[in-house]
Amino acid sequence: MSNISYKKERNTKEWIIAGSVLFVFLIIIPLLNTLPGEDSWFRVSSFRLNLLGKFCCFAILALGLNLAWGYTGILSLGQGVYFGLGGYCMAMYLILKVGASGHYGSVLPDFMVWNGLTELPWFWKPMNYAWIAIPCVVIVPMALAGGFGYMLFRSRVRGVYFAIVTQALSLVLAITLVGNQPYTGGTNGLNDFRTIFGLPLRGPDLPRTEFVLYIATIIILFGAYMLCRWITRSKLGKVLVAIRDDENRVRFSGYDVANFKIFIFMVAAGLAGLGGALFVPQVGIIAPANVGIVPSIEMTLWVAVGGRGTLVGPVIGALLVNAAKSGFSESFPTIWLYFLGALFLGVVVVFPKGVIDIPNMIKRAWRKKSKRAEVDVGSVGGVEKSSKLSGKISTEETNVT
Amino acid sequence: MRKESIVYMEGVTVSFDGFLALKNMSFYMDYGELRSMIGPNGAGKSTMLDVICGKTRATKGRVIFGKNDVNITKMPEHDIVKAGVGRKFQNPSIFSNLTVYENFELSLRKTRGVIPTLFAKTTSKDREKIYSVLETVGLTEKANGKAGALSHGEKQWVEIGMVVAQDPELVLLDEPVAGMSIQETERTAELILSINKNHSVLVIDHDMDFIKNIAQKVTVLHDGTVLCEGTMDEVQKDERVIEKYLGRGKE
Repeated sequence: MSNISYKKERNTKEWIIAGSVLFVFLIIIPLLNTLPGEDSWFRVSSFRLNLLGKFCCFAILALGLNLAWGYTGILSLGQGVYFGLGGYCMAMYLILKVGASGHYGSVLPDFMVWNGLTELPWFWKPMNYAWIAIPCVVIVPMALAGGFGYMLFRSRVRGVYFAIVTQALSLVLAITLVGNQPYTGGTNGLNDFRTIFGLPLRGPDLPRTEFVLYIATIIILFGAYMLCRWITRSKLGKVLVAIRDDENRVRFSGYDVANFKIFIFMVAAGLAGLGGALFVPQVGIIAPANVGIVPSIEMTLWVAVGGRGTLVGPVIGALLVNAAKSGFSESFPTIWLYFLGALFLGVVVVFPKGVIDIPNMIKRAWRKKSKRAEVDVGSVGGVEKSSKLSGKISTEETNVT
Repeated sequence: MRKESIVYMEGVTVSFDGFLALKNMSFYMDYGELRSMIGPNGAGKSTMLDVICGKTRATKGRVIFGKNDVNITKMPEHDIVKAGVGRKFQNPSIFSNLTVYENFELSLRKTRGVIPTLFAKTTSKDREKIYSVLETVGLTEKANGKAGALSHGEKQWVEIGMVVAQDPELVLLDEPVAGMSIQETERTAELILSINKNHSVLVIDHDMDFIKNIAQKVTVLHDGTVLCEGTMDEVQKDERVIEKYLGRGKE
């Protein structure tokens, strides 16, 4: 009984926190974008709002990656693939909406015209319709992840080997995109969109569209969070943690491990695709540079920095790393990459469980300190030795828990 | 005789790159039996359990299980579990980051597909079952603690409990008392006897005193084949056994 009431208490606390965070992102920040004067210190400029929207797209991806890596122990170094597929689906739809108002006055996208295409390739045709393109944003990445996962998880490829194969896939996609310029826009990717659902993506009214997109992103991010929360709290969520702990035991408890891995890898891919699709209209471009190995590895860093295996950690990680990235690059245009590197190293060395663990670390340090104080009071000689010992013991404790 | 056997191994050979861990081995066990299996290191005891539960595949021969004579030789592991085989491994393999309660919850005999698991609700009947298993293995008070924080002996009990929670017809226990204190070993012997009330049990171990405590029928394995079978007394008197195993180990 006491256990149940304890759980309820925690739930209310969690809801208050979630509610106030949502309130800040959905009400306060948008208000700060509209109400205060242009020069006011409180003003959140449209530029910042747009940046935040972009970071939140990354956070959606990080939520999914964390389900695979943090909960199930499947390290994917190729999440850029699924982000990219979602993004390209969205971009294909948006670029087709430009219609005949492009530079060449053709119904074909500009890059196809100067690459000598005269007809829209077959796989571009369905993307004319929102009702096909929008679901594809999630379905295409999930289908690829499903097929890919089926092959690898069925043959029990795992750990580092799996990570390497996922990385190879992201390289393959990047090279394919670059190499097929007439169909994919090549290195430049897809860009120069005009409208999204009738809202302008260029010109003086752009900030208004960005505002709407920001709100949509926050709502979808919250939805994605709720989805992950539901999954991790279900019995399936426990099976995922069990797979991370001891895959064999799960198998000999009667579960078909491969199916669970395929499922969660597909969910992760779907969320990545969703993030990519929201990224495209807010940033105005998707290119091979967004899907390759380097961005894919960066994605795992968001999760690692935030805190693997916790629900909120990856969101914080994605926002923090990207905010730091843009902050450093604005303040130190020439040497910002070193700062970023230092941040990664620092976090991984100092907070191995991610920044989400900082409160716990402080608590542990506090407990250690009070233990030491007890030892100091209790003993006359050999203080140093015994306090060292107690320090050792408590670090061992933390390792166990 | 065939109809009564819960597991029936017929001419099973297991070859690891030419090394024969099991050599044309035949073995059968009846329903409700508590069978102990002994043998020196490398005799093929663990390999034999691996073959039954599907972890290792027989190079030759077949394994028949249960009342309906299901051929489980080539079945996927999780289907063998569904057929009714539960396996405890030598080193306790449990879910350290879940509570003891959750460890048992995941082991319950239920539909274990992805979607049913996602929507699964723990019924009061499930809870009853979990609590009864917790009681059986004596871990009721640690139910809400992380399994990883338990002592080695307690982890062994968690894994035994997980196997019991699966409610299998046949329980395979691989060295259940390895690394246990004397008291823990005694408790485990009692535990195994109580499990045997509802399940057929096959135990392998090195610890002769422990085997004596629980043994009804003993099978001695040597060099990948069955050396002899009988009660503990019979086995201990068997000259081949004395020569090959007991004599060398004891005196």
